[in-house]
Amino acid sequence: MSGTPPTALAEDAALHETVTTRSRFRFLRSPALRKPATIVGLCVLVAFVLIAIFAPWLEPYDPRAKTGAVFEPPSAAHWLGTDDSGADMLSLIIAGSRVSLIVGFAAAFVAMIIGGTVGLASGFFGGRTDNVLMRITDYVLVIPDIPLMIVIAALFGRRLGNIILIIGIIYWTSTARLVRAQAKSVRERTYVKRVRAVGAGNNRLIWRHILPQVTPLIIANTVLMVAIAIFAETYITFLGLGDPSLISWGKLIENAFRGDAVLNGAWWAIVPPGVCVALVVLACTMLGQSMEDALNPRLRVGHVSVRRFRVLPAPLGDRAARDAAIHAEASKASKGSKGSKREKAAP
Amino acid sequence: MSVRDALESGGRPADAGPAPLLEVEDLVVTYPIPRGIVGAARRAPRLMARAVDGVSFSLRAGEMVALVGESGCGKTTTAQAVMRLVEPDSGVIRFQGREVTGLRAADLRPLRRSMQLIYQDPYDSLDPRFRVLQTVEEPLLVHGLGSANERRLRVVEALERAGLAPADLFVDRFPHELSGGQRQRVAIAAALVLEPQLLVADEPVSMLDVSVRAEILGLLDGLRRTGGMGILMITHDLSTAAHFADRIAVMYLGRIVEEGPAQEVVRSPRHPYTRALLSVVPKRDPRDRSRPEILRGETPNAVRIPSGCRFHPRCPVAVERCPSIDPALHVPEGAAPGHEAACILV
Amino acid sequence: MIEPYLQVRDLHVWFDLQGGRSLHAVQGIGFDLGAGERMGLIGESGCGKTTAILALMGLLPPSASVAGSIVLGGREILAGGEESMRQHRWRDVAMVFQGAMNAFNPVRRIVDQIVEPMELHEVAEGKAAERRARELLELVGIPAARARSYPHEFSGGMRQRAAIAMALACNPKVLLADEPTTALDVMIQAQVLELLVGLTAELDLSLLLVTHDLLIVAQVCERAAVMYAGTVAEAGAMETLFHDPRHPYTRMLFGAAPDLYGRGDVVSIPGTPPRLDREIVGCPFAPRCDSAFDPCRVVTPETLAVGPAHLARCHLNDPSVRSAS
Repeated sequence: MSGTPPTALAEDAALHETVTTRSRFRFLRSPALRKPATIVGLCVLVAFVLIAIFAPWLEPYDPRAKTGAVFEPPSAAHWLGTDDSGADMLSLIIAGSRVSLIVGFAAAFVAMIIGGTVGLASGFFGGRTDNVLMRITDYVLVIPDIPLMIVIAALFGRRLGNIILIIGIIYWTSTARLVRAQAKSVRERTYVKRVRAVGAGNNRLIWRHILPQVTPLIIANTVLMVAIAIFAETYITFLGLGDPSLISWGKLIENAFRGDAVLNGAWWAIVPPGVCVALVVLACTMLGQSMEDALNPRLRVGHVSVRRFRVLPAPLGDRAARDAAIHAEASKASKGSKGSKREKAAP
Repeated sequence: MSVRDALESGGRPADAGPAPLLEVEDLVVTYPIPRGIVGAARRAPRLMARAVDGVSFSLRAGEMVALVGESGCGKTTTAQAVMRLVEPDSGVIRFQGREVTGLRAADLRPLRRSMQLIYQDPYDSLDPRFRVLQTVEEPLLVHGLGSANERRLRVVEALERAGLAPADLFVDRFPHELSGGQRQRVAIAAALVLEPQLLVADEPVSMLDVSVRAEILGLLDGLRRTGGMGILMITHDLSTAAHFADRIAVMYLGRIVEEGPAQEVVRSPRHPYTRALLSVVPKRDPRDRSRPEILRGETPNAVRIPSGCRFHPRCPVAVERCPSIDPALHVPEGAAPGHEAACILV
Repeated sequence: MIEPYLQVRDLHVWFDLQGGRSLHAVQGIGFDLGAGERMGLIGESGCGKTTAILALMGLLPPSASVAGSIVLGGREILAGGEESMRQHRWRDVAMVFQGAMNAFNPVRRIVDQIVEPMELHEVAEGKAAERRARELLELVGIPAARARSYPHEFSGGMRQRAAIAMALACNPKVLLADEPTTALDVMIQAQVLELLVGLTAELDLSLLLVTHDLLIVAQVCERAAVMYAGTVAEAGAMETLFHDPRHPYTRMLFGAAPDLYGRGDVVSIPGTPPRLDREIVGCPFAPRCDSAFDPCRVVTPETLAVGPAHLARCHLNDPSVRSAS
């Protein structure tokens, strides 16, 4: 008996719907997206994207050149000190943001394409297609990712493109499952059945009716995927499977370990790239989570507030008093008529 | 009896018309019942539900026939079989004299143009991202009809026929900017745009507010009276059927148990099931307190159909012979022509 | 039975909307419900009828604000807010929800779910509560042997009966039924309505039947209030409403319902109800009314007594407004 009954929420939602305009991206106006966490996440992500885009102009030094002593602590000349080869850490981090974000976004894109296609096909066609595709998805899901990454990287070489593909190929499964569920439910909507009954083929149904309906979900999921991909890039590179010719945050951490930064007490060589990875991952997670919350009404109900409805002072006035008088009179009269009615109904 | 009543019940040239628009003969549709994991492991026999079990009726151009019954009686399955959205197991469906059962998907396409389905839920039957113009235009695009200008003209015409006039006021709206009644009109316009000869309306007003139901039913009524369209209406609401349809077919457990001119069926029902069904329809006048004859239990499911007359376990007047004789539709004694019931007692 | 058991006066409900706006869903309704009386609350979707009874149950979402007075058995219960409503909820006022499926937890046995409110309100416990739950199921026509079933094992009609049994768990005096038969077939609907009528007589229970279907109300209730745009347009005995409606909306609503025997034309009401997130000037029904005259569009009508136990909120009943125009 606790909480709000479904009917109340449904009516509340219905009432809201009559007055707010609805479009495919209506969820962008959801309160879930106005939380401070979402805005902070968005700002952090945008800041890093801008840094990555304008990296060559922001780097104070050439990140590949020796511009100071080995493991020089932070100073006015080198804000974040230098690494084991005397290169400027700040420049390295700015340069590394490019590769890390490219891998993050590109791998998430690959995962989105594979997962989206598999999910859409599985959800829309159902039956045997669904069975086969979902079985494949299950297999990919249960393969331990790190050993697989090591094997693939060893087989196909340590190039940036390969790393993007590896991450994309390993992490598309959650997208596929989400999209499948959504496509399945849209397929059952009356308007899809109606258009099918009119004679429309699968192409039209998928491209014009189903895909647009699952797109917001795919986008939200992709944002979450960026976080996972950046994290994966970091540890692949840290394990020494990254592209050796490129500077990325994972590479910086790996270098710091190889160069015995810990033994030398050079925390500035490890902490800043680690913090950058953590910040971007956190930002994407917060943003993606809020987008999913905004899209998925069931999650939204989860945030039940402890606040109850308010009772306002009665808008008393002569109207209310008059109403009361009228009702009192009417109910007196009603007694009489009801009594007579009961007698009438008895025989 | 008013003039209108007389017209509706008996005044129609019953047998003089041309060949029927739609003929359904002995239609049977079955569904397999999922056995579940336990059932499959035990190798339980696959059970089949006979959703439609030998249904025959016909419908002329300009005529509205109502299929009435409780949920699970097979009325929606019948409609879907007519639309060829489910595959019948046996039986014949003829449209304009041509057999359509067994047609391949490619041959069905022109047929899809001439029969259109109106759905129950106007809140879900329009793509929320499509403007009215796109929704109504889509069937034309699917069938590759007309240039952009011609299509727009046809859309405007269909919208105005569906009562959304002036159409310019509506073409650019999204479904959420329309009321329930207007949405249903858009759905009807999207059906009319292909100029069908047969409309199948599956509970077209049951999700609408009482105050707007009449306008949608009136619209359908007008379409068949002036446009010569045949309308097959699926409904659970006998009052609606009685008021708007020419003929009523009452279904019970996959069979038509009574069929006849609408007012005839309502005023002098023959089958005990029809009588019970009529007695529980809420009356408009609060003083009309005729005793409802409430049948106990729920409609039995279509997997285990009772022997003989399938209504006998719930029938208030069943006799000894009922469980053994499966009655066929026949004209009861003293009934008007075209009024048939499937009961051995009448 | 001198005072009506439930008195509602000038009840308002607002919902907060985005952007600081609000929606005035219930705009000052009032009615009385006597002990053992059956009353209907009729209205189309969005007229505020469901909101109104959720307010009676104290089950409004946090975005709602309520004002007015609800007197139950002589005690004001709304002023105390959630705390005071909770003491009465289910104990004095119980509700049968619209979708019977949603009223049950799908993974718990029916009997346990009927026992739950009894234990919450300390009406009965343990074996005694379970015995009572079985009795209640028998009372609504479900064999006690089926008490340990799960909700999905019941058909729609049985679930609705079980929902009624659950509402009766704490021996309430008022039963609120929100569209109790909407999803059901006519035959099952007749069974459930018969049950509700029987229960009110047997248990001296007051019934407030909320529905869009005025024919159902005509069959079950003695009195009814017709709601439109958050207000009560007309209230009175059911026979009076049908034979002598004093608000055009009531008359037009009856005219929109098809008659089984094809008597009379069926005429729908043109237009749509007004939006409740804006202030309504004049009579809310005026734009759709077939007998509106000038003052209707400017002056908000007052509720007037137009006969014994018959209230209407229409300028046609006010000689001073009529003569002025």
